[in-house]
Formats: sequence, C-alpha cells, structure tokens
Amino acid sequence: MKSLLAWLDDRTGYRNLLHEALYENVPGGSRWRYVWGSTLVFTFSVQMITGLFLWMAYSPSSQTAWESVYYIQNEMLLGWMLRGIHHFTAQAMIVLLALHLMQVVIDGAYKAPREINFWLGLILLKIVLGLSLTGYLLPWDQKGYWATKVATNIAGITPVVGDQVQKLAVGGMDYGHHTLTRFFALHAGLLPALLVFFLVLHIYVFRRHGITAPDAEWRSQHDTTFWPDQVLKDGVACLAVLATVMFFVLRHGFGSHSGAELGAPAEPSEPYSAARPEWYFLFLFQFLKYFPGESEIIGAMVIPGAIMGFLFLMPFVGRWNLGHRFNILFLFAIFSGIGFLTYRALKEDRADAGYQVAVKGADASAERVKELVELNGIGPEGAVHLLRRDAFTQGPRLFARNCGVCHRFNGHDGSGHVPTEVATASDLGNFGTPDWIREMITDPAGEKNFGATKHGSWNGEPLEDRFADGAMAQWAAENVKSGQMKKSEIDAVIGFLIVQAGATPGGGRKGLDAVEFDMEQAGKEFFAQGSDAVTTSCYGCHEMKIDDDLFKDGSDAIAAAPDLTGYGSGKWLKDFIKNPGDKRFYGKRNAMPAFESKLSDQQLDMLVDWLLHRWQEPQK
Amino acid sequence: MSEPASKPATTPKDFPRRSFLRRALAVAIGGVTGIVPAIVGLASFLNPLRPKVQAKQRPTGSDAEGFYKVTALDSLTSGTPISFPIIANRKDAWNTFPAEPIGSVYIQKTADDKLRVFNVTCPHAGCSVDFHADKQGFLCPCHNSLFAMDGVHSASSPSARDLDSLEYKIENGDVLVKFMNFRIGIKEKHAQ
Repeated sequence: MKSLLAWLDDRTGYRNLLHEALYENVPGGSRWRYVWGSTLVFTFSVQMITGLFLWMAYSPSSQTAWESVYYIQNEMLLGWMLRGIHHFTAQAMIVLLALHLMQVVIDGAYKAPREINFWLGLILLKIVLGLSLTGYLLPWDQKGYWATKVATNIAGITPVVGDQVQKLAVGGMDYGHHTLTRFFALHAGLLPALLVFFLVLHIYVFRRHGITAPDAEWRSQHDTTFWPDQVLKDGVACLAVLATVMFFVLRHGFGSHSGAELGAPAEPSEPYSAARPEWYFLFLFQFLKYFPGESEIIGAMVIPGAIMGFLFLMPFVGRWNLGHRFNILFLFAIFSGIGFLTYRALKEDRADAGYQVAVKGADASAERVKELVELNGIGPEGAVHLLRRDAFTQGPRLFARNCGVCHRFNGHDGSGHVPTEVATASDLGNFGTPDWIREMITDPAGEKNFGATKHGSWNGEPLEDRFADGAMAQWAAENVKSGQMKKSEIDAVIGFLIVQAGATPGGGRKGLDAVEFDMEQAGKEFFAQGSDAVTTSCYGCHEMKIDDDLFKDGSDAIAAAPDLTGYGSGKWLKDFIKNPGDKRFYGKRNAMPAFESKLSDQQLDMLVDWLLHRWQEPQK
Repeated sequence: MSEPASKPATTPKDFPRRSFLRRALAVAIGGVTGIVPAIVGLASFLNPLRPKVQAKQRPTGSDAEGFYKVTALDSLTSGTPISFPIIANRKDAWNTFPAEPIGSVYIQKTADDKLRVFNVTCPHAGCSVDFHADKQGFLCPCHNSLFAMDGVHSASSPSARDLDSLEYKIENGDVLVKFMNFRIGIKEKHAQ
C-alpha cells in the first residue's frame, strides 16, 4: 500500500496538493465565525448531487415538466426527499450567503488586498440568485409559472432592448416548451458552470491571502491548521445546515406529502392571484408596489442596480476614515429594509381576504389534481387537461364568472369569494336537494330564493315583485304558511320530485337518500291533484310530462310557471341555463340571460355536474 | 498561504490524543453530511429495480391470463407468416397511452386451427426479424441470424436460441396471443 501511494505521489504529486489543502495556516486558531464559506461550498455540493439525480428524472417541456416532477414526488423511491433537500438547501444557501456577506463586511475582509475576492463573492451571489430564479419555474406549477412570468415581464421593461431580452429569456412570444428548455439549460448547465468557475477563483484568491484575522488580540493566540480543527468546526456547521434542511423536508412527516410543495400544473388561461415569488424575493415584489406606472423601472432596476453597484464599491469606500463603519451601517440598512419589506408583504397578504381565498383554491387544485391522476392516469396531452375537464375544478370558476354576479352559492360566488354587492337571484348552494325544494314550497319569497330578485332589474326595468311576490309566492302564502299543506304532503312532493330527477337520463343530485315508494306515490298524487285543503295543485301551473294517468288532462294554466319534468336533474338544469326564457321555463317573465351561446356544451356540463355534486370521486 | 505565518502553526503532533479524536469526529461528521444527499439521490436512481414499479409499468389490456386479441382467424391464409402488432395500454413513467402497439408477432397458419406464433424480436441482440419467402425462414437484418419456419435457428447463426414462440388460443373466431418479451442474448428463454 505504502509503495503504491509513493508511486502515485511520484507521478501526481498528490501529497503536496493534499498538504496544501489541509494544512492551511489558520492564524489565531480555528473559529466558528470562519465556517460560513465552508457551509456554502457544502450546500453547493448538495445541490450538485441532488440536482444531478433530479436531472435523471426531469423532463423539460410544457407537457412533461410538471408530470415528471409529480412522478419524482409521488412515485419514485425517496423522490420526495430528493426534491425536498434540493428545494430547501437552495433556500439555506440564500440565508448562508447573507450571513457570509455580513461576516465579510463586519470583519473588513473586503479591504485591500482582498477587493477582487470580494467582487468574486458578489458575482457568486448573483449567480446563486439566478439559480433560484430559474429553478423556481422548472416544476411548471401554477406558482412557479406565474411568479416567473412576473420576473420575465420585468426584464421586458429594460429600456431599448427589453422586448428582445424578454423574448430571448422566454424563448418565443409566450411561455412554452422553449421557456423550459432555456431555463433548464441555464439552471443545470450555464449557471452551475459559471458558479464552479468563479468559486474556484474565489477559493484560490482566498487561499492566496489567507483568512482575515479580525484583531490583534486574536492574532496573538496559537495558530492552527485547517485540518483537523477548522474542518471539525466546519463539519459541525454543515451538519447543522443539513439538519435544518432535513427538518423542513420532514416537517409534514415521512412520505410524498412532505418535502417541497408541488402546486397544480400551470394553466395559462387561469389567472392565479396567489402568485408570489419565493420568500427571499418577496421584498422585491413588495418594493414594486410603491412604484406606480412608468416609474416601475426605478424600483425594479435602478435602485436594486444602484445598491448592487454600491456593494461593489465597498472596498474603496472602506479606505476612508469611517468608511468601514459606513459600509457596515449601509449593509445593515439594506438588510433591515429587506426585512421590513418582507414583513410588509407578509402582513398585507395576511390581511388580504382575496389572497387567502386564492391560496385555498390553489391548495385545493393541487390536492384535486393528485386525485385525478390517481383515478385516470396522465394522458399524452398532460395533466393540466385533467383539471380542464374536471367539474369539481371548473364548476366554481364557471359559476363565479357567469352566475356569481347575480346568484350566490352558499353565500359566496362559487370560488369562496364573498361579493360586496347584494345578491339579485337565488342562492344555488343546495340546488336539487330536498332542502332546496322544501324552501321553494314553504318560503319562495325568502331572501335566498325569489326574494333576492327584488334588488335586481332586467333590461333596465326593476324586477320589484315580479318573482318576489309572484304566483308561487302568493300560492305559498295562501296554502303553506297557514298550514293547509301538511308537512307530510310537503315531504311527499319533495320525494316525488327527487325520484323524477333521479329517473331522468343523467340523473339528479348525487348523494341523496333513497325515497320510499309510498311517499313518492303520495307526492305524485298531491302534485297532480292537491288535497281537500289545497285546491290549486302544483300541476295547476307547472307542467309535468310523465306517462301517468294523473297527468293526462293538463290545466289551462300550464306554462304560467316552469315545466317541472325532470326538475333538479342535470338535463333540466342544463336546458334551463341554456335558455331560461324558453316557453318551457319562464317565457316572457324571464329575467336571466341565456347561456346557450356563452358557454360551450362541455362547460355547461361541468357547471351542471358541479352544482349537482356529480364530479369524479376518489375510490375508497 | 503565500503570506508567511507569523508563528509556526501548531502541528497535530503537539496534542496526539485530542487530535485523534478531532480527526475521527471530523471524518465522521464530514462523511455523514456528504453521504445523506448521495444516498437519497441513489435511492431514486435505483427506482426502476423495484418490483412494485416494474409491475406498474407493465402494459394492460390483455385478458386475465395475459392474452391479447390480435386478429380474426379468418384473416389468416395458410402458409405465409404475417406480422401483426400487439395493441395494449402502454405505461411510460407518468404517462398512460391507451391502445398503442407494444410489439409485433409473426403468425403462420399451418392447419385449420393450428398456428405458429413468434415474437418478432431476434433473441440474439433484439432487432426485428423479417420473413423471407425465398429463404423459407426468418432473417435478422442486424447480424444475419437465420431461423427456419418452425423458428429453429440455423447452425451458423449468431443467435444462441430459437425464435421465441408464444402461446395462443382461439376464442369466438379470434386469435389471442400471450404476448411477452424475453431476455436477449442468452441460451435459455427467460421472461423479461
């Protein structure tokens, strides 16, 4: 063994190299404050290792990026942990960079002859920030997609070349395959290569000048060598960094629900109001709020550029009397400013109800897409199509955009947002349920039902009592409020209508209890004929086309009120939404827009399926 | 390093016992910190070897015994082998591709309800063999392995075994084949 090593040393000179590396003199002995540089080298190595393995499973295109990351996170052995380590180590790196910079400035390690190394360090800082920015997009989830879009749009306001810069970064007119291939090449190729290059220079120049011993008192202590004293301290610090990272990776437990988050796949057509950059860029995000209109460039480029420029000048400023103190003060001012802006950003978000709703919606979509992938697999067109075809996901959005202006859904607009305007039509949250029908019979003029139309108008004409005190409201006041229609009869009519909806092709609302046959029959009889006390039956105004002797001779009043054949079923609801002014429904009395030409057939189906709770559910 | 140290550095020899402990600790801690990310990465790299993953990646669309419907018996004429694709639902990592070709077979009708079914993959190196009427056999275009009509390899062929014959059955006038791939390059016929 010894002779073999001697042979190797003779040919390579490795012993000298090793000695050079390990027995560097540490003036005044090893110290904890020297560990920051080493922890940064360590975190970078972790990123190289985990990044390389992630690379083996990642596929950069707009139909495969999210999907491959989903596969890493949920299917591959410890893939979630691999992703988690990469994700949180990246954030640790930012924190360590800030600490390293502070330590260097406080110790005056930027002064002559170390100016160039200080500049190399600042270049490394910018490269790491570039790695963070490019990495954030790669999972191609809603968060990364929209946050990065803001960043490239800011690049677009650069004077003169902005448009070209943006198109080059994005790889085309808009985000797509080439945005990912370009960002990935930057993230995994160019930036790490630059980082290695500048890191080698940084360490080389550092070794040339040696550690900056802070003060004379410390210098009088015993010197030591890098190995093993400082190595041990560095090792302990790296272990602490790793432990912190692992704490965040495992904070939700051991499994694919833990580690780094993965939002719903990017959906360019779905505005995402929960878009925020990673926390360490939040201060910039907040800063931009203070620069209205054309002045954005001042907040996005001029001021950050000036601050970066001043950092580069620090070695010169430090030469003057008090210059060093000024530098320290300046750095602390910057970090305090960043801290303050970050705090403001978080505080504003906490107080912003719209943002909270958006975050909840984003989390729900992320959960939902996982269910859909497990149920259906991912087709070649990508996972975003699972959400585009999903009633559970699209229903609330369609409702908020099309129905929520007048209607409510359990008090909100479908998406969870509560509009400030008063509702001008019924609350459809429990449409198709027994409760819904019960309220329509017992309290049609209630605020959640026709009562809301009092506040509305149609074609410029206030609706006033057209529905709020319409025929149904008057009938209820006459026949229900005073107790002529017995509770058992109300239950029976509800049962009859529920059964009718269920028997219509496509069916009614999902998840309702079965109705007993006798009750349904009693309901049918009441619907057609009323009772001794209730002389005007439902059939007196509402059409009901079923093959039954009871419904053979229609009343003259038919078409005065909506046809209730299949009421509460998907078919009835879809027909109604398509054209509520049809003579089957409200005819001339109608006060709701027709959606036949506003929504596609698929959109109508998703809206109806959502209202009736007929979305795909995970298998138990 | 280039600047001369003001005092000689204390060498580890000054404190042999303390130094040994420190060295051991430094090596241990350094080792742990370095190895954790590597192990996690390696685990995900070894993912394809997990039986669970392999089972998930198998194509679906066959009957319970693994037979795929290939063609109608009527469409086969006696004598000449004809090549048919096997259509199945293919899985590729995260993607599911419904009804895609996953391989091909040669089917030759030898009697009314007697067939010869071969996987077209050459057992030598995995190229696809072609039927050559003039040679009355299957020739591999890569390394010239030649197989007779019954799949037996000629003595001079590089292939170590005969063409892989596949089980078949006839149900309701349809030919169903138990399609599978076998390991390449070895003498024995082992399912992949």
